[in-house]
Amino acid sequence: MSTLGFPLFPEQASTMAPRVDQLYYFLLGVSVFFATLILILIVAFAIKYRRRSDDEQPQPIVGNLGLEILWTVVPLSLTLVMFVWGARLYFITFYPPSDALEINVVAKQWMWKVQHAEGRSEIDELHIPTGRPVKLIMTSQDVIHDFFVPAFRVKNDVLPGRYTTLWFEATKPGAYRLFCSQYCGTQHSGMIGYIIALEPAEFQTWLSGGAAAVPMATAGENLFRKLGCISCHAANDTGRGPSLAGLLGKAVRLQSGATVTADENYIRDSILEPQAKIVAGYPSIMPTFKGLISEDGIMQIIAYLKSLKREEGAQVKK
Amino acid sequence: MSDSSIVHAHQFDDAEQQHEASWLGMWVFLATEVMFFGGMFLGYTIYRSTYPAAFADASNHLDIWLGTINTAVLIGSSFTMALAVRSAQLGARKPLVLFLILTLVLGALFLGIKFTEYYAKIEENLVPGSNFSFAGPLGRAAEIFFSFYFAMTGMHALHMIIGLALLTAMIVKAGRGRFSSVYNTPVELVGLYWHFVYIVWIFLFPLLYLVGRHLQ
Amino acid sequence: MNGPVEERRQHYLNVNYGLKSWLLTIDHKRIAWLYLVGVTFFFFVGGLFATLIRMELLTPQGDLVQAETYNKLFTMHGVTMIFFFLIPSIPAVLGNFLIPLMIGARDLAFPRLNLASWYIYILGGVFTLAAAAAGGVDTGWTFYTPYSSIYSNTHVALTVIGIFITGFSSILTGLNFIVTIHTMRAPGMTWFRLPLFVWAHYATSIIFILGTPVIAITLALVAFERLFGLGIFNPELGGDPLLFQHLFWFYSHPAVYIMILPGMGVISELIACFSRKRVFGYDFVAFSSLAIAVLGFLVWGHHMFVSGQSVYASMIFSLLSMLVAIPSAIKVFNWTATLYKGSISFDAPMIYALGFIGLFTIGGLTGLFLATLGVDIHVHDTYFVIAHFHYIMVGSAVMAYLGGIHFWWPKMTGRKYSEPLARLAAVIIFLGFNLTFFPQFVLGYLGMPRRYHVYPPEFQVLNVMSTAGASILAVGYVLPLAYLIWSLRYGVVAGMNPWKAKGLEWETASPPPTDNFDVTPIVVHEAYAYGEAESQAVYPTGKPANV
Repeated sequence: MSTLGFPLFPEQASTMAPRVDQLYYFLLGVSVFFATLILILIVAFAIKYRRRSDDEQPQPIVGNLGLEILWTVVPLSLTLVMFVWGARLYFITFYPPSDALEINVVAKQWMWKVQHAEGRSEIDELHIPTGRPVKLIMTSQDVIHDFFVPAFRVKNDVLPGRYTTLWFEATKPGAYRLFCSQYCGTQHSGMIGYIIALEPAEFQTWLSGGAAAVPMATAGENLFRKLGCISCHAANDTGRGPSLAGLLGKAVRLQSGATVTADENYIRDSILEPQAKIVAGYPSIMPTFKGLISEDGIMQIIAYLKSLKREEGAQVKK
Repeated sequence: MSDSSIVHAHQFDDAEQQHEASWLGMWVFLATEVMFFGGMFLGYTIYRSTYPAAFADASNHLDIWLGTINTAVLIGSSFTMALAVRSAQLGARKPLVLFLILTLVLGALFLGIKFTEYYAKIEENLVPGSNFSFAGPLGRAAEIFFSFYFAMTGMHALHMIIGLALLTAMIVKAGRGRFSSVYNTPVELVGLYWHFVYIVWIFLFPLLYLVGRHLQ
Repeated sequence: MNGPVEERRQHYLNVNYGLKSWLLTIDHKRIAWLYLVGVTFFFFVGGLFATLIRMELLTPQGDLVQAETYNKLFTMHGVTMIFFFLIPSIPAVLGNFLIPLMIGARDLAFPRLNLASWYIYILGGVFTLAAAAAGGVDTGWTFYTPYSSIYSNTHVALTVIGIFITGFSSILTGLNFIVTIHTMRAPGMTWFRLPLFVWAHYATSIIFILGTPVIAITLALVAFERLFGLGIFNPELGGDPLLFQHLFWFYSHPAVYIMILPGMGVISELIACFSRKRVFGYDFVAFSSLAIAVLGFLVWGHHMFVSGQSVYASMIFSLLSMLVAIPSAIKVFNWTATLYKGSISFDAPMIYALGFIGLFTIGGLTGLFLATLGVDIHVHDTYFVIAHFHYIMVGSAVMAYLGGIHFWWPKMTGRKYSEPLARLAAVIIFLGFNLTFFPQFVLGYLGMPRRYHVYPPEFQVLNVMSTAGASILAVGYVLPLAYLIWSLRYGVVAGMNPWKAKGLEWETASPPPTDNFDVTPIVVHEAYAYGEAESQAVYPTGKPANV
């Protein structure tokens, strides 16, 4: 809150916020400088060279190559600085730290459904610990949404049909506004909530509180059996399909000859569109589970797969 | 477009300027057409690289013989169109009318064959929408293929129909002796348009009909 | 040269009368008037939507209209203003009127295509208004899928058909301009003797030609998806919503350069005339226009930094977006340098021009914030973006349009408008504009998202400031409507060149005869030959035209 009684600048509540603000101030400084320069020049010239008599005729001036070069090179250099600085920040924001706490988010018109790995779920609120990187794995059940937390200076679109991620590390406890910032229909401006950042100990307390909830990996294991995945994807490559132990992050060779990294999107696609990415050396017989599994279910299966340790000596069949 | 004497429209200084402007105008228009079709080609390319197996399977459901015949028909019409333009440049009225009519006939033949193919696709339930059905797990992506098939060949057919209308106008004017070796710009420009429409088909045919055929 | 003799002279306005002579005209000057009526109408329609939006945003709650209505209001505001006002405004009104005059031609290359383009514009407008009357559309002017193609329950297909149709109006205008400028310049009018207004419209026409067809096919595919249930952009059916965004922005980013380049052309003319000097660095300004048009096609992905695009694509688009800012910066410095040692007068057009330079500088600099990846993550889809583009589209483009209308009004009508009222209106517009949109930069960085019907209470004070500014701005816009119409009947009769400007259009009568020049000019001097030559051309009798 500024002295005026209403805020003029958002608070800084994440590790990225001060860095983004620093770059912002640089841009602001450059902008104020040039805007003021132009303003002063215009006002000065307008006053000094105002027409004094009707038949006044100034000397023609064609141009000046030196000036053209100056006001090409200087702006170009400044914008390149902006580019490099901004790109470095973007790169950091794009790639979450590997030890981040993973939380799943499903967006739908017009609410945010949050699912913690340990089992607690929330609607329009997200409890997180301070001092630890948090990675959100997000998808939408319908249209494109966007998860935006101004105090963290971070946002990313949430798409139907695939996963997108974003990460942040909260620096102080508090409640920070969450907005949907991709127009998504009638109640777009009602799709808001709060990020509740708690000290780590308090967060643990919160996490184990609430109604007894099944951890995602356990729910995923149950689904894995119930939907029959286990009948083909047995351990040690003994089934008709490849073993899925230690799959996340591994390079997979496909029938088409391409090699892809098995990430969350790969698993989701394999469940819903199995024919699109058949692993090399395996028959194209996996049925689709579209309509048989929800977005939450897919996230649970992924959580389960992440929990499987890589079997000793298991290798992808060539 | 003005009549056969060398009188030019009032905004131009002379007939040469009018010809230059008309010619440039048609090329600029064709550039817009390239961008228009280009958007569809881009979309098609992206989906084909995403769903190669589905696109190959769907493509094999197209009638390659009818497609090949149509390609030959259009190549022929491009030839007769070029001959028409040449006749106009030589001031040969009867050959001009003949070649324009031949082009028209070949163009109409193309459309007839095309609509026969469309009719067959309707019967086979391969028109995207509520009646679409494609056996096998690749059905969803196959529907995307057929969406592009109908959008691209449909746009192409629309341009062919416009071309036939232009040809008809040219035949009427040529029959009335409106063109000569000194003034034949409209024929030249319709020729440019016709060649463009034909070239679009030369790209459409292999992209749509010949996906993975060598593997069959 | 004033008085009764002048009144009886035949010119393009009095050569014949009656509705048919206007609706079937092929005179580029009359077609410009047809467009003027059209764009003015749509400007006030779009302004009405804006008024309702700003009134709703006075309070944090949604207490004026329902959510769905609000969503329709901002959608229709965007669609109307962009496609039916900003894109046609300067090219179809001032460009149509002036380009033949400025190059010494009797008309454009294809006058009947010109008239057709107006009818197409009106037809597209009718479709879009029909969609509005039938209940409107609520997808945002950006029509993102799958909301627009599957989920929205509003008149999407009707609206996109209207925009599709109007696109052909742009294409025909661009085609006409390119061919005209290439082939119909008067003898001696070489490329580098052309006024910068013509260069700007040439660059704009390149974008018209290459960009508009892409939005046409994109919207057509959305319509097909909606009407026939295709799955091109719908992930449920294997489609990709990001493909829509790429196709959409491939046109819509260059479209913003369509909206600003003609305005820059106007500013060059105004700065030169009211400083009585040629534009400093003419070659650089001319080439900058071309550079903006070309580079403008390479930056569309900067709308998609957080949409799921790859990090490397985003980096390339960010770098290119920095590059596209440079030619605009070059122009701003050159215009400012033109004032140096000039003879500056503060008629209304010049107030608009000086205001343009300031507001465009701010708008352009804030574009850099958006091009900078690390900052864009925070401000994307917030009011920061809204403020940025309104500084360019309203603070710059609309001011350039009004400056141009005032400057060439005597040429178009043979009348002067009330100079004191015009200066007052220009100042009101400048002040009202800044009060409306500057607070929105602050709101955006605070985190207020776009397209929000209700908002958290801490954002209210800034919103109230913005609405207060909008009321002032509205007054500023109504004033010219009033005094310009009044001047048609009661304005002081203007001579051939009331501003003592240089340019072929000022070397013929006000209003000009139907064929523009009694004799075809032969150009012998550079453009803006202030202080060097009486007139840019000689006329076959050997004498320069009377100034």
